[in-house]
Amino acid sequence: MRKAAIAASLVAAALIASGCGSGGSGEQGGKTKLTIATFGDFGYKDLYTEYMKLHPDIEVVERITKTEDHHKNLITHLAANSGASDIEAIEEGWAGQFTSQPGKFYNWMDYGGGDVKAQWPEWKWRAGSSASGVVIGLGTDVGGMAMCYRKDLFEKAGLPGDREAVSKLWPTWDDYISTGQKFMGAKLPGVTGFFDGPQVIYRSVLGQQPIGIYDGDKVVVDTNPGVKKAWDTTVKAMTVGLSAKVEAWSQDWNAGFAKGTFATIACPSWMTTIIQEQAKEHAGKWDIADIPGGTGNWGGSYLTLPKQGKNAKAAAELAKWLTAPEQQAKVFRTKGNFPSTVTLYKDAVITDYKSAFFNNAPIGQIYSKSVATMVPQFMGPKSGDINTAIINGLTRVQDGKQGADDSWAQVQKDVKALL
Amino acid sequence: MFRHKLYRLDLKASPYLYVAPFFVLFLAVGMFPLVYTAWVSMHDWTLVEESHTWIGFTNYTELLKDEYFWNALSNTLQILVLSSVPQLLMAIGLAHILNMRLKGSTFWRMSVLLPNITSVVAVAIIFGQLFGRDFGLINWVLGLFDLGHIDWRTGEASSVFAISVMINWRWTGYNALIYLAAMQAVPKDLYDAASLDGATSFQQLRRITIPAIRPTIIFTVIVSTIGGMQVLAEPLVFGVGSMTGGADRQFQTIALYLYELGFSRFDFGYASAAAWMMFVIILIAAGVNYLFTRRMRGAE
Repeated sequence: MRKAAIAASLVAAALIASGCGSGGSGEQGGKTKLTIATFGDFGYKDLYTEYMKLHPDIEVVERITKTEDHHKNLITHLAANSGASDIEAIEEGWAGQFTSQPGKFYNWMDYGGGDVKAQWPEWKWRAGSSASGVVIGLGTDVGGMAMCYRKDLFEKAGLPGDREAVSKLWPTWDDYISTGQKFMGAKLPGVTGFFDGPQVIYRSVLGQQPIGIYDGDKVVVDTNPGVKKAWDTTVKAMTVGLSAKVEAWSQDWNAGFAKGTFATIACPSWMTTIIQEQAKEHAGKWDIADIPGGTGNWGGSYLTLPKQGKNAKAAAELAKWLTAPEQQAKVFRTKGNFPSTVTLYKDAVITDYKSAFFNNAPIGQIYSKSVATMVPQFMGPKSGDINTAIINGLTRVQDGKQGADDSWAQVQKDVKALL
Repeated sequence: MFRHKLYRLDLKASPYLYVAPFFVLFLAVGMFPLVYTAWVSMHDWTLVEESHTWIGFTNYTELLKDEYFWNALSNTLQILVLSSVPQLLMAIGLAHILNMRLKGSTFWRMSVLLPNITSVVAVAIIFGQLFGRDFGLINWVLGLFDLGHIDWRTGEASSVFAISVMINWRWTGYNALIYLAAMQAVPKDLYDAASLDGATSFQQLRRITIPAIRPTIIFTVIVSTIGGMQVLAEPLVFGVGSMTGGADRQFQTIALYLYELGFSRFDFGYASAAAWMMFVIILIAAGVNYLFTRRMRGAE
């Protein structure tokens, strides 16, 4: 659900994902046992208790693994045809890996998915489906997109600090870059960049393009102007000296939040949780404005029913209940995971929600606007690895190891090797 | 007569039965995976696809042309040299000191093992902080002397150096204890005689200790060569989980490349070929080191 959990998953990744886990599910003592495998923090714990109270014949057993391990385990379990849980969560960045093998999952359309389809925006629904139209995932949370910025640093640098005015500074990414140049011109002590590093800005610009890494089932990194635009925008922002040159999710990145070495970061809703954790000293100094170039999405998850599951019907009921607007609202209230069900966006739970950490920014309104208006983008099976190759290329440019053109050429070669 | 036959059979067969458990286990968890990996490496075999086509040695010929494989091999060898050599030299020195009469010798001996029993991930996280570019301790100290900042992760030499330091930190004490155990078996009167002849402590180390513990040195050289060729966790955690070992693959080791092929690309056929190449290279490296350490004896 959270890219952030990547950082935590390293620890386990270092020990090499051990693809085990007994796929136990079945009936015991009259109770149907349902296993549900998630990662990070879905905020479901209380909901399980509630569900079991409502359905005394059901026993819910949860398995939580770190993000990367969770997905790798699932891939292994699907390949081995054993070991998967009744319900398996998948994250947007990994979804393509699974929507490309729809035969391994129950189709939600056979399990009442059609009745609840209207809860979600069209794009969220489609991203959980295969190219052939098999719906494998029901949406849980969603990323959305905004721009988080340090209000106090902006004011010190002679820029406006108010979120309306800041949004007006950058209708486009070029405006964002020229704002950054003005900001860096003020030479504030301790500040080393306008944004953190290439990864977050690249993913944000890419997420705004109508076509991303894939066009249908074809990888179009070499020909798609959208990918090149994300690349060029990031390269331009780096070459004019706006990058603090820290790698996302590294210790330097965390320290950068804490010490305030950079002033802006593109902000899917889950990023706000990271900022609050890492920049505790700066509560109230952060604020949220619109993202340049419109809107976009990065992150968010789905619940799937692998065909190995023996209790598909009961599991489907549980998953539908968990992803229903009422439950998503409960999760938002306790954990802040932003709901994907559009019907909630007119609810006071969302519309009235303000974050004190972000200078009382109306987070609910900002992200619901972003999610409702965004353009969907298809994620293919290798999206994650291809993005890593591109981000490596951008990092080489940033570190001065390669010129932008050479690096782009190497990216093309690396992407070809991945296919 | 029958009893006699049974007795002879017992005499002949029993030893094999006693060692059988090891070999049965080895067949199951050692030999089988080895052979199966060889089988997989002859196929176009990805995890997500059902069909596996036989392609013979194509994976191997591809691998020989794969510049990332050679890059990983070169990084691994650099790390191997930068970690094994100082590590074993320091371990001998440390063992020599620990072998002297020290107050609280058990305390000192236990202390040198501490880095080894710390989890490698914890070590990597701590060293990650030491080698941080913006707020790392080492750069802070360098800053005090106006020596400037080093971007440890980005540079090729600096990242290889940092990873080697991590490995040295973990394994020096362990090897020192192995040497110490061997040193304690060296007859004391040799040292007494040497002292009478006026040999210094360093001369005693060179002329008595090292020749006497040579079999142990050969053992540690081989073991640390094998360990060094398989380094995975240190570069993985040092690179914040980057399977490519940095944006430019500047510190990707063979084991890390193998991990990338297997668990990022899920290209099991190619990864298996890489695993077998790695196995052969380790055999060669261990063999070369064995001959080299044995040579040292001939020279003396």
